Amino acid sequence: MIAELGLALLWIAAALACLSLVAGVLYVRGGQAELAALVRPASVAQGVLTATAFGLLIALFVRSDMSVELVARNSNSLKPMIFKVAGTWGNHEGSMLLWLTILCLSGALIALFEKRLREDTLIATLAAQAALSLGFFAFLLFSSNPFNRLPVAPPDGQGLNPLLQDIGLAFHPPTLYVGYVGLSVAFSFAVGALVTREIGPAFARAMRPWVLFSWIFLTIGITAGSYWAYYELGWGGWWFWDPVENVSLVPWLAGAALLHSVAVTATRNALRAWTVMLAVIGFSMSMVGTFIVRSGLLTSVHSFAVDPERGTFLLVLMAIYIGGALTLFALRAGSVAEGKKFALLSREGSLVINNLLLTTILALVLLGTLYPIVAEAMGEKISVGPPYYNRVAGPLALVLCLVMVAGPLLSWRRDDGKRLWSRLPVAALAGAAVLVLLVVFGGKIGILPLLGMVVAAIVAVASLAPLWGRNLRRTPLPTWGMVTAHFGVAVALAGMGAESAFIKERLVAAAPGDIIKVGSYAVTFVGVKPVAGPNYTSIEGTLVARTAGGGEFTMRPEARTFPGLMGTAPTETNEAALLTRPGGQLYAVLGQPVTSDDGRADRYQIRLWWKPLVWWIWLGGGLIALGATLSLVGRAQLPGIWRARRYRKSQERFAP
Amino acid sequence: MKAKHQRLVLAVAALVGVAGAGVLAASALRDEAAYFRTPVEIADGKAAVGEAMRLGGMVAAGSIERQRDGLTIRFVATDGKASVPVEYTGIVPDLFGEESGMVADGRMRADGTFVADRILAKHDERYMPPQMGEMPKNMKAPTA
Repeated sequence: MIAELGLALLWIAAALACLSLVAGVLYVRGGQAELAALVRPASVAQGVLTATAFGLLIALFVRSDMSVELVARNSNSLKPMIFKVAGTWGNHEGSMLLWLTILCLSGALIALFEKRLREDTLIATLAAQAALSLGFFAFLLFSSNPFNRLPVAPPDGQGLNPLLQDIGLAFHPPTLYVGYVGLSVAFSFAVGALVTREIGPAFARAMRPWVLFSWIFLTIGITAGSYWAYYELGWGGWWFWDPVENVSLVPWLAGAALLHSVAVTATRNALRAWTVMLAVIGFSMSMVGTFIVRSGLLTSVHSFAVDPERGTFLLVLMAIYIGGALTLFALRAGSVAEGKKFALLSREGSLVINNLLLTTILALVLLGTLYPIVAEAMGEKISVGPPYYNRVAGPLALVLCLVMVAGPLLSWRRDDGKRLWSRLPVAALAGAAVLVLLVVFGGKIGILPLLGMVVAAIVAVASLAPLWGRNLRRTPLPTWGMVTAHFGVAVALAGMGAESAFIKERLVAAAPGDIIKVGSYAVTFVGVKPVAGPNYTSIEGTLVARTAGGGEFTMRPEARTFPGLMGTAPTETNEAALLTRPGGQLYAVLGQPVTSDDGRADRYQIRLWWKPLVWWIWLGGGLIALGATLSLVGRAQLPGIWRARRYRKSQERFAP
Repeated sequence: MKAKHQRLVLAVAALVGVAGAGVLAASALRDEAAYFRTPVEIADGKAAVGEAMRLGGMVAAGSIERQRDGLTIRFVATDGKASVPVEYTGIVPDLFGEESGMVADGRMRADGTFVADRILAKHDERYMPPQMGEMPKNMKAPTA
């Protein structure tokens, strides 16, 4: 009954999307006001219905209703409750329904809360959002129905990959999806504004909170995903340039460019066509990402099995939406009035360079991700790995950071070099000091990590400069947001540089009592013992790490075995143990038992890493997200007298 | 500067940026992209010794053997038509096992052994490297 109700709700929601689209188009083409009155309630209802359908799917997973195909394939009654819930979106159909739910809820939120836009632009925006959701409703209902029943219900389900039974991963996809799909709002705003030719500061101010909102979620999602891969995969790396990671990075880069250019449009009424273009690119990249992940096109540790029907469906949808938006852009770009002028050395100028660099990095990452597909179509199988990305993205990212040093210190319209330089001596000194220290004491360091740490020092100091000489309590929240986010970039960059430059690694077959030296730690392997978990058995190793100063810390890495369910083979996973210290992290992995020549299995494979400052990477990511949040909160429409004061101030000062 | 000039300057800057990025990408791709090889391609002599590449295949049944140092394993990667011996020092990833799909980054040694720096095993329960779809039917697919 629940499954049938869910399916019915999806069909009704799809019909409402159709209604919003038709009514919206008729109204914008000169129809009556009654048509416009239909669009808002239809958008809200569509969001509520889709969210309810998603809730029903969760209920099916919670109840372990094995008569539903999706539940039987992806869940198991023995699974802990939290992973039953998370199992709802840990598969193709469920995650597409979640995607669509967020899309429809975004539409509902625009319909409910957006008051700054002209009525016709708003209706056109809602119609564009309805057009987007309609395509994905079709995809879900015709090729990926999550509510499909099985003719005969099996006694129990086939479970879920034990690697995916992790709390971090359970909430990683939803976070990323909110970010991905939040960009759809910017896309629809852009389409709406192109249709009614209302492209200016009002449009930019309406769009900005949405861009910030989805970018915050993308930042959190990427940071959390990086940390998850770091501790769960047991490889000790924090970024693998895996295609699935890349397709989350690409919309993030587009979002970063967009929230800087939208600031120029909102504050200075310049870069208008470019902002619209970026809004289109942002969500297009989200769709490309969804397409790549969901079609299984790439050789990726994350990829799903190839499914040509779904792949083609998504490809057609993407072609319609991206092609349609770009065609509209081409038709209307000429009539977008010219923006305000500015000198190259100005806030706007630095933001233009920021945008050029961000979009160039975006294009290079996308090229590296898609190149293997193109090459395969031409008969060569190629993989593009970290060496390519580090070489093309690394230097550009460093230049970008240097632009970030100057940008916030420049004034709008025009500035002069001497004034800029007069605000930078402390930052330059910090950079020089770090450079000297690293060259003298750092030993042999690669050029990229070395420059990374130097630039990090410069950025860290310079990012605080906008607060210099100000009354901190009166500094508007968006300025605090910018400072925090830019400082976060410096922290993350320092972490990446230090980790790459000074990492220490040991791989040994150790017997109990052996001492392994790594970095400044002496790690004693005490022994192993068997442990039983809720749905697995495990061998737990005990390691005691001692510092030169007499500190003593116990680490317990595990090798877990999950029993095979419903006739599948058992699966083994390594659970790394992490010891977080002020100077970095000690990372331990317990491998296989080692059999000696006399047949005794008394030794175990142990891999240890000392990773200096590695946690700064995620701290930096968190600071970037926090900065964006401050900026968003500072621009929120606060009630009453508060708003008047806050809002006026934030108009004068810029921060994205 | 007139507004028209400003647009022109921006457009030229963007074009120079795009061209520069293109050159950068092309040279980096030429130097850094690695071929994805299957055992049969290596048997055909397509892989030069010492060239960085990625090898995809199935771990042959009963082929995993541990070396005396306790850290190095040797196994045979196969695509059903040909096989290649693989050597790897380190802890194998979760989900690595016999008769399962794997992808290894590394290079061929002169003695015909593939020396892997990193091994990836299937990650999702329905994951299989696309290149393995071409394998004959009688090979068992990776078991979930």
